[in-house]
Amino acid sequence: MMEDKIHNIKVLTIITEASIESSLIDDFESLGVNGFTIIDARGKGRRGSRMGGWESNSNIRIEIICDADQAKKISTFVKDKYFENYAIVIYISDSQVFRLDKF
Amino acid sequence: MLIAIGLKGGVELAKQSLVSLLPDMVAVIFMGSLLTLIAYPVLLYLGKFKVGDAASIAAHYGSVSVGTFAVAVAYYGTKNVFYEEHMPLLLVLLEIPAILVGIILAKGITKNTQWSIVFHEVFLGKGIVLLVGGLLIGWIAGPEGIASIEPLFFDLFKGVLAIFLLEMGLIAAMQVGSLKNHGVFLIAFGILMPLFSAVIGCLFGIMLGMSVGGMGMLATLAASASYIAVPAAMRISIPEANPTLSLTASLGITFSFNVIFGIPIYLKIAELMHSTITG
Repeated sequence: MMEDKIHNIKVLTIITEASIESSLIDDFESLGVNGFTIIDARGKGRRGSRMGGWESNSNIRIEIICDADQAKKISTFVKDKYFENYAIVIYISDSQVFRLDKF
Repeated sequence: MLIAIGLKGGVELAKQSLVSLLPDMVAVIFMGSLLTLIAYPVLLYLGKFKVGDAASIAAHYGSVSVGTFAVAVAYYGTKNVFYEEHMPLLLVLLEIPAILVGIILAKGITKNTQWSIVFHEVFLGKGIVLLVGGLLIGWIAGPEGIASIEPLFFDLFKGVLAIFLLEMGLIAAMQVGSLKNHGVFLIAFGILMPLFSAVIGCLFGIMLGMSVGGMGMLATLAASASYIAVPAAMRISIPEANPTLSLTASLGITFSFNVIFGIPIYLKIAELMHSTITG
């Protein structure tokens, strides 16, 4: 039976260089992240453009659905570790899901 | 394409004993480290780059480009020039030392370097896995074993190479745009460094008693600059280095130069040096 009630939740989005993907995944493991989705991306920002021509020149976009505390914890960790040297953008947005216990 | 290069080398390995190749293997590892160590001070003092940038660019030039090697294989094939068939093995070995030297130049040997991640990146990167995989398959299967898959991997080689070069051309052209910002030194370095490396490569070829073609190939390997394995490893291990600088140089300038002018020039240098020495 699918639940009908809709619950509030956060979506943490990270857009960054594909080269740190495996490093980020390790970080997520240690931070206790249950699940995430990674999408190939391309774009332009203050650190130049990565148009996805080949591996060293592509971006990824990561989405993690989690509660507000977890979103804060992950984003603070990633900020401290990667903001200085990597092209990276993080934002947190409000969203709704059916199955709160899944996240 | 990487598998094809690996397979070819592997089949040849099956015919020779690894022990007899040991001097060549040790020598190229030394060559890769040496080239990185030469490039670094040039970039640091003449180029006035920051430590991280100089170390990263130096590592790119100490390492090799498989694409350039593939073009050289096709070129030597058309010209009917013989070269030692275990070159793909040397190619694989040359990928690695420059990365390690580059990291040590930038960071020193500290506990902070996450070597496990670096090694993971270096040895399990797509390029190395395909090359080494091809080498092993070719080595185990031998010439007869490979016969049935030859049409796919060997006969189509030049066609696939053409497609690859078209794509690389597009990517290299994108890099040229950022040249405007990084100026004359990078262009000069991107052309002069490979020429110098080629001479070193030839010297190593002579030392190892290689044929003219082998010298030319080793010169090409020495002259080529990595744009796949090294950028990925550098981005993780020397994060403060600007990846645009090294990619502009290795892909925008050196790769284009090598493919169009370099490969024939290095063969000429090899011929000249060979005839000077043998009289």
